Amino acid sequence: MKFLENLVIKKIRPNFIEGGKFENFYSAYDALETFMFTPDYTTRTGAHIRDAIDLKRTMMMVILAMLPCLLFGMWNIGHFHYLSLGEASEFWPNMFYGMLHVLPIVVVSYAAGLGVEFIVAVKNKHAVQEGFLVSGMLIPLIMPANIPLWMVALATIFAVVIGKEVFGGTGMNILNVALTARAFIFFAYPTKISGEIWINEAGSVDGYSGATALGDLALTVGKAQNLPEVTGIMEKFGPDGMYSMSNSIIGMIPGSIGETSVIAILLGAAFLLFTGIGSWRIMGSMFVGGLTMAWLFNLADANAFMSLPPLHQLMVGGFMFGMVFMATDPVTAAQTNTGKLIYGFFCGVFGIMIRVFNPAYPEGVMLGILFMNVMAPLIDHYVIEANIKKRAKRLKLQTA
Amino acid sequence: MSETIEKAIEKVKEPNEPLFSPKNKRLITDPLNENNPITIQVLGICSALAITVQVKQAVFMSLSVLVVLMAGNFLISALRNLIPSRIRIIVQLVVVATLVTLVDLVLKAYVPEVSEKLSVFVGLIITNCIIMGRFEAFAMANKKWPSVLDAVGNGLGYGVILIVVAVVREIFGSGKFWGIELFGSASELTGVYGMGYMNNNMMILPPMALITVGIIIWIQRARNKNLLEG
Repeated sequence: MKFLENLVIKKIRPNFIEGGKFENFYSAYDALETFMFTPDYTTRTGAHIRDAIDLKRTMMMVILAMLPCLLFGMWNIGHFHYLSLGEASEFWPNMFYGMLHVLPIVVVSYAAGLGVEFIVAVKNKHAVQEGFLVSGMLIPLIMPANIPLWMVALATIFAVVIGKEVFGGTGMNILNVALTARAFIFFAYPTKISGEIWINEAGSVDGYSGATALGDLALTVGKAQNLPEVTGIMEKFGPDGMYSMSNSIIGMIPGSIGETSVIAILLGAAFLLFTGIGSWRIMGSMFVGGLTMAWLFNLADANAFMSLPPLHQLMVGGFMFGMVFMATDPVTAAQTNTGKLIYGFFCGVFGIMIRVFNPAYPEGVMLGILFMNVMAPLIDHYVIEANIKKRAKRLKLQTA
Repeated sequence: MSETIEKAIEKVKEPNEPLFSPKNKRLITDPLNENNPITIQVLGICSALAITVQVKQAVFMSLSVLVVLMAGNFLISALRNLIPSRIRIIVQLVVVATLVTLVDLVLKAYVPEVSEKLSVFVGLIITNCIIMGRFEAFAMANKKWPSVLDAVGNGLGYGVILIVVAVVREIFGSGKFWGIELFGSASELTGVYGMGYMNNNMMILPPMALITVGIIIWIQRARNKNLLEG
């Protein structure tokens, strides 16, 4: 370790500080150095740090929380690949096949996003902001496994530039960066991301297309519930079907890389809640919101999609993933405690509502959260106003 | 008596100023950059979002606006001393509505396919803020020749942005320019499409026009520091 420190601090660093050969790239160097070493400077002015944790370490915690989803996603891809070929699905080959598909997406997402961050940092001469560490991991998790890599790169660049940098960089963005990337692909290249995702490459015997649970459900909208095609689809959601409750919870359903297994997501959620990074208010109220909306649809019972049991409704698609990792993003969510409850509740309500009402947008959770991201400052504003009014009233009572 | 003298003075003054004096030149160049109706004044955004999917539409739309604005500014400027100020908006509306109807009929007669695509947006030129804005702000208070120059400047400033947005949107949204396929056929997967390239559907949706205009504003302000606020 001493050797490494000598090399980096004594040999490489002088090139980057003021007067060195590459002084313009100091921010890029600084970003890499602080990965390895604790910075040797301290904050000079009054700071309000209560804890040893800083942004970079917070981000690493969130990435740790996402690992179960990532690993399960790899397994899931391999599992469905071999299943579609009619071969036995075994653990290691599954993982290996999945890794081959997932790793390139992760690498491209990080390369594109960090590339933009580095360019912006060097241009504006500030330290590279850490915000992308989490987004770069979230983006692959909400992509289908066979998404073309150039689309991932394009969407990531779009999300980082238009979604974040134009607003002032990390901590200033209105929209969740990862969801912006997904929304970009969703609207720009809809055939590649929703409805049917290809589990098998077209190169093999015949490309096997697997619809996602939501893609199937969207087909039932606007049709009578007793049609054979509709009952056929709904059978898949029965106890022995492909999208049964237990399969949906374990994650034996096709879907985007990270969203399939509720168990893996809940592991991440537990970790986030335990470390205090994720907000239980948002997760809890979003769950309740989704449940309420699904239950209302149950009462209406106008089509087969609406009649899906509320809990099952939440287990398919990206609802759980969005709830744990997307809605809780501390930058874009509401900041006040009451605001968080309202924000989460409506994330859930809109997520399920868009999903059921508009079969063209099966992934309503994404749009629901993005919509509430925009509304979050407004919610906070009214929560604070209400609080001020309440206190003013109390003050009046006391003085009177 | 005094009126006739004033008029006489005006008549004497007029030929003194060359047709393209620096002041008059600025009337044309300002709206192209520092005072662009779309990117700086943020007027006429509605049509900029709606008809910039294809370059052809955008070009005809810009031409229509240019013609209406030029003729309108000229007429209003000629009538400016006759229009009672209490009903000036109505008079302006009558002038612009007449001109737009003429343009609409011309488009229908000579380029029916473009006219069909522009549909209601030609009629909506009547409510285009740029036109009413120029009538109110310039033509009502200036002579005929500067008014026409002002119209040319603003019409071109509007058209330039419209066409730039349309070029970006048509190339990336449909892979075409002026209706000619650039990257091969998207349906038969020839050319670049064979290598996995796809048209960006989002470019066809209005939000992307807004984002494109936003990026143009960004570039313009980054290059021209005078435009930075605060």
